Amino acid sequence: MGFERFGTVSFTAQTKVDRFVDLLDEGKVAGTKCKSCGKKYFPPRADCSNCLSSDMEWFEISGPGKLISFSASMYAPTGFEDDLPYTIALANFDDVKVFGRMSKDLEEEDIEIGMDVAVVPVKLRGEKVSYEFKKA
Amino acid sequence: MKRDVAIVGVGQSSFIRGYEGSIRELAFEAFKEAMEDAQVTPEEVGASIVCSAPEYDKQRTPAGLLAEYLGLNPQPTFYVESVCSSSSMGLRVAYSMIKAGLHKVVLVLGFQKMSGISSAESQERMGRGADVMWESPFGTMMPAYYAMHARAHFDKHGTSEADLAHIRVKAATYGMLNPKAVFRKPVDLEKVLTSDVISSPIKKYDCCANADGSACLVVAAGEVAQELSEKPIWVRGLGAASASLTMSGRESLTGLRCAREAAREAYEMAGVGPEDIDVAEVHDCFTIAELMAYEDLGFAEPGEGVELIRDKETYADGKIPVNVDGGLLSKGHPIGATGGSQIRTIVLQLRGEAGDMQVKDPEIGLIHNIGGVGIYGNVTILGR
Repeated sequence: MGFERFGTVSFTAQTKVDRFVDLLDEGKVAGTKCKSCGKKYFPPRADCSNCLSSDMEWFEISGPGKLISFSASMYAPTGFEDDLPYTIALANFDDVKVFGRMSKDLEEEDIEIGMDVAVVPVKLRGEKVSYEFKKA
Repeated sequence: MKRDVAIVGVGQSSFIRGYEGSIRELAFEAFKEAMEDAQVTPEEVGASIVCSAPEYDKQRTPAGLLAEYLGLNPQPTFYVESVCSSSSMGLRVAYSMIKAGLHKVVLVLGFQKMSGISSAESQERMGRGADVMWESPFGTMMPAYYAMHARAHFDKHGTSEADLAHIRVKAATYGMLNPKAVFRKPVDLEKVLTSDVISSPIKKYDCCANADGSACLVVAAGEVAQELSEKPIWVRGLGAASASLTMSGRESLTGLRCAREAAREAYEMAGVGPEDIDVAEVHDCFTIAELMAYEDLGFAEPGEGVELIRDKETYADGKIPVNVDGGLLSKGHPIGATGGSQIRTIVLQLRGEAGDMQVKDPEIGLIHNIGGVGIYGNVTILGR
């Protein structure tokens, strides 16, 4: 299996950056960095829009990051009903912003904009993998 | 003032839940009204631009279908898509074709029949308007994205859920006056604030109403427009911009960059500023979206948009009337038809033909129409 292992429901099976899910298995959440111009990307990508190079390397997202915003959803699109309720969030790390979900260990009252978060890989049902934000 | 491209005909179907007909019949309703308004025949239309979001239909390539059904063969026809701002983008393309001298009269037709699928399926399709590789696998949907913007705005500017609720109350006030609105009931503050949470802090009544509908514009070159119409409404400014699809690529969540960029371009082209706008339609897919529009369009400084709604300055008799047709919140939001409907509202306002919704003697109107969660921004300025 390739990139379709990412997330509760995946809509993309093939990508040149499918190593992302292998890195999740290894306990790392990673972005890509252009070896030519040094620009860092998250989500990771195979090609640099800054200098048009396709020579990229992986870098691990290191924390803590700061929470930019979040929202707890009580309804879900088709395919995500069993996950409810869940909280999506955006956090700012050193060079990149990361979009994902908050850990279910956190109650909504415990979450606030500006709080320190770490981003960590998680295992979902079956062979599926993802990542989430925890309080740092 | 430039008088080179004008809107000479507008039409709109009723926006309703569960339209009992096919997309061709839905499109015909707006088309007929616009053609009769412009008093042109199908042979006089040089080209047609069909606008919608394609994932709701079984029909592939609807432009071909509609051009035949509406009697617009053998003239060129094609499809323009920028999700919720498709028909504003259609007007931009029509303007370009006329300015380039390719055609004298161009038709812009937006439509959407959303009721064929369930709300959850609709959220799944809308959610795929995000990056399907990196964000949709988290179960994203439109209300949750706008809720993140609301939360960020609350945190930075001290905005409250009650401030947003006042925007919904205003929308309902005017939706009741609009015979073509899908939601024509009154809504009070308590009803908004006690409605079910969809994605915190967005509640049910902070969300626009899905609807089936169509809207149509007949756009003409200056000399033709003056022959066809006693009250041509001139395209004075067109602004369009884009922003990153992913939230990771956004500088901030307290406004929409695509709207600010599009507004700047439109104001510059029209040679006017926000203080010159007499009536506006903004893309209130959620209450927070209208508040951000006040600030992105320069009607208020960042963080001060709430004063406009608290002081009722965006009501019909206020300083800058906004969405006095009920907006997306009450009039409804049939994706591909929304921009065309907003443009129609402003055309009718500038002609003085907006009935119970008419504001006092407007000369310049503005339309703010956003595709996706701020992916595509279109700002259009029209004048008498």
